[in-house]
Amino acid sequence: MTGNLHIYVLALPLVGALLVNLLGRYSLRLVPPLVLGALALSFAAALKVLSGVLEHGAFSYTVGNWQPPFGIELVVDHLSALMLVLVSAVALVASFASLHSVARELADRQQHFFTLYLILIAGLHGLILTGDAFNLYVLLEITSITTYGLIAMGRGRAPLSSFNYIIMGSIAACFYLLGVGYLYILTGTLNMADIAHIFPTVQGNVAVATAFAFMLIGLWIKMAFFPLHGWLPRAYSDAPIGTGVLVAPLMTKVTVYLMIRVMFSVFTPQYEFFQHPGVQNAIVWVAALAIVCASILALGQRDLRRMLTYIIVAEVGYMVGGVWLANSQGLTGAILHIVNDALMTLCLFLVVAAIASRVGSLHFDNLTGLYRKMPLTMAAFTVGAFAMIGVPPTCGFYSKWYLILGGIEAGQWPYVVALVFSSLVNAVLFFRIIEIAYFRTEGDGHVPLPGPIAEAPQMILQPLLLAAVALILVGLATGPLVEQVIRVAVPGGL
Amino acid sequence: MDGLMSEIVAKYNYWIYVILMMIGFYAMLAKRNLVKKLFGLNIFQTAIILMFVSAGVKHGAKIPILDKHEVLEHGVNVAQVVNPLPHVLMLTAIVVSVSVTGVALAILQRIYRRYGTLEEDEILEKIKE
Repeated sequence: MTGNLHIYVLALPLVGALLVNLLGRYSLRLVPPLVLGALALSFAAALKVLSGVLEHGAFSYTVGNWQPPFGIELVVDHLSALMLVLVSAVALVASFASLHSVARELADRQQHFFTLYLILIAGLHGLILTGDAFNLYVLLEITSITTYGLIAMGRGRAPLSSFNYIIMGSIAACFYLLGVGYLYILTGTLNMADIAHIFPTVQGNVAVATAFAFMLIGLWIKMAFFPLHGWLPRAYSDAPIGTGVLVAPLMTKVTVYLMIRVMFSVFTPQYEFFQHPGVQNAIVWVAALAIVCASILALGQRDLRRMLTYIIVAEVGYMVGGVWLANSQGLTGAILHIVNDALMTLCLFLVVAAIASRVGSLHFDNLTGLYRKMPLTMAAFTVGAFAMIGVPPTCGFYSKWYLILGGIEAGQWPYVVALVFSSLVNAVLFFRIIEIAYFRTEGDGHVPLPGPIAEAPQMILQPLLLAAVALILVGLATGPLVEQVIRVAVPGGL
Repeated sequence: MDGLMSEIVAKYNYWIYVILMMIGFYAMLAKRNLVKKLFGLNIFQTAIILMFVSAGVKHGAKIPILDKHEVLEHGVNVAQVVNPLPHVLMLTAIVVSVSVTGVALAILQRIYRRYGTLEEDEILEKIKE
């Protein structure tokens, strides 16, 4: 039983999806308990897996007892166990808010929405666990196809945004598949560990470099790494509120994790960083550019959700840059930032859900007087904003600290400057909203808001407060988190 | 020049897949009609499927169905059996590409119902109004 727990993490949302689809047809009242039950059990199993890995170390699991490299292998190490806990926790917390807002937005299509929602979560768990390069492609497409559907359920121009995402997402997946094809032709195997084993014999080949470039660019499109980010802002800001709460914190972060997986489990740091220092240098430069450009683009937005989507693009630049700094500080910072950014984005998108449920529009003009109307929501928003800016003791500070240390150690000054610049821009962005919501009153031509205090419904408010507290707790727990989990996950040779 | 020609002829299958892929890529990026973009995507995916399948070709080899007694006696002669793995992988990739096409067509239907057109320019015009 305990040896198979990670399978339950993956299978429970999948079974939940089936049940939601079958039983949801008869009664919509069955949907919330099924969704929450599946996700809560999955979260519990993920916690157990993490504690097991911390105690006994990493292990791998052969599905159906087909021995690798012929069968598909699932790898449970420190990093993947941490990601399992992160994804299942975020999914569980986000699902409360999604359940509420979907019931309002898509009244009679809840069961369809949550079928896709649970399949998406199962796909994300699969992506984290898989040790097979082709299996990764299939799971990548499972998560993407469900996301296309979840986004297209939105109002207005959501279907068009979703279609653009389909085109970009499929190009990305095809690039990745092409890279896997080259590797397969070279090595004759698809198992990541096996490819890594054969890798030294084919290392100098130009085809290897081509394969690596295709896989990397494919993943970069999927994670919206500037300048390949074009699809993300529209897709995430046109999606239903309930989709944004889940997809925005998880999709890009899991793809960054996949980049780390491909870079260190299939290829070697020696090959990526030290054989072609020019490439490594160039990528850190692009990451710095990504951070600066996305921050400036965020400044131009007048809608809270649009602004947050550009901040996500900037954060992807943080993480890609951190990984490519080629030292252990930078990689530690990048992994820590995956965790922190998922929580920060969750917190801020829950605020979006809360405001949308009471005010409707997310345009800056409609945010006036919100501190008086929704004090708890805005308090949580302030914590989330401080984390994004990087104010201690919120968690955003610590990962940024590691990233900056890594940048200084690597002598990548443009990246360090970009990080500091982006923190300043974030401060401007969030204080602008705080100013509007705190100081500006409704006297300047806007419809007065009804009632003195109208907090968000409990289904959104409670998860939001939990996420805000988590931002501070994770910040305070950075030490043990880095020592016991992330340091172990950083590969040797750095 | 001669060397390049013989290189192309020797590996013509890969050149065909590159050309097909570029046709698909061009259609996706340059066409303004959403259905044509989707066609481009399909051509793109098919090119990659062909690449995998042609990589698995072995001249003079048979399908990988083996006679148990013969294998036990003589072992497997690898040169006479095609490796089924690339084909199996591509079955999965075809399933993926069909699902993507299905979702995309469903979304295109919604777009058409709302805007009455599938030309990207006209849709953007209507959104602005």
